[in-house]
Amino acid sequence: MKCIIIDDEKTARVILKTLCNEIKSLKVLEDFPSAIQAIKYLNKNQVDLIFLDIHMPDFNGLDFIRSLKNPPKIILITSDPNFAIEAFEYGFIIDYLLKPLEFNRFKKAIEKAKLKELSAISTKVDTSIHKEIENDFYISIDRRLIKIDLPSIYLIEAKGDYIKIKTEDKDYIVHSTLKKIEEKLPDALFLKIHRSFIINIKKIIDIEDNSVLIKKDVIPVSRSKRPELMKRLDLL
Amino acid sequence: MEQPNLEYINRLARGNESIKKELINIIKTEFPEEKKEYYASIESGVFKIIEENVHRLKHKISILGLVKNYEIANEFETNLRKLDLNGQEDFEKILRLITRYIKTI
Repeated sequence: MKCIIIDDEKTARVILKTLCNEIKSLKVLEDFPSAIQAIKYLNKNQVDLIFLDIHMPDFNGLDFIRSLKNPPKIILITSDPNFAIEAFEYGFIIDYLLKPLEFNRFKKAIEKAKLKELSAISTKVDTSIHKEIENDFYISIDRRLIKIDLPSIYLIEAKGDYIKIKTEDKDYIVHSTLKKIEEKLPDALFLKIHRSFIINIKKIIDIEDNSVLIKKDVIPVSRSKRPELMKRLDLL
Repeated sequence: MEQPNLEYINRLARGNESIKKELINIIKTEFPEEKKEYYASIESGVFKIIEENVHRLKHKISILGLVKNYEIANEFETNLRKLDLNGQEDFEKILRLITRYIKTI
């Protein structure tokens, strides 16, 4: 995460930089002794996270927050939690840290910021499933985005509010529907053969009457889906 | 009486002597400037500016491990918001204590 620091006190800025240096995912781009200077910088540069001192002379942290058009995530730095309360009406305020800053508490705030970032990514990618490039897929499990190689998927099964994605290496349970994932899958590779099953047609081992054998799974084929399946097999 | 110490700075530096040195140097530079600004604001009698200076100095007090004195500074800052100078003498005692201490580090 690219971040900047805004605090009128140099000691506080150096302490924050020291703490940021302890966390690999953070990159401090700049630090500013005044919010006005930071606004000028933000007009030309994008950042993911701002460490913002609330109590500053002239243009304080709250004035700064109100002036932002597209605010990134913000972690407030203050000596007095009462000053932070007002700011929490804004959704982009991740946390507040009391001076003097301690590493463990700082780390927790950064974890919150990461979670927020991840959940934003997850929302952008239609909650659970996202096709990034042709052969890769991202699924969201416990707020983690896990990359799955599309051709490695051989079966997807509906399980109530969840779907089970079976791959060559591992099975995944994802909060989604078969309909949603079907829209994202390439037609050339996948086919819904039953209301509860999507299969990778290249992984079919055997077809017998109204079922297909994929790996060790025997999957039923709906009567209405059988013609489509047969047609697709002709193409292989 | 409570004495200033480098426990917090040592904790933060995690054995990195250059970080420790950098922080001490900044405090040694910044504290006298902030103290000067504080006394100038007392002369001016503008409560808002006195309060801002006390607020900034409070951080140095906490960094130097002065927990009880931090509370004294906090009370003084609260009084200043009510346009009350009560606590000034005790606050300035803290400033003198730190002034003596930073000459030794």
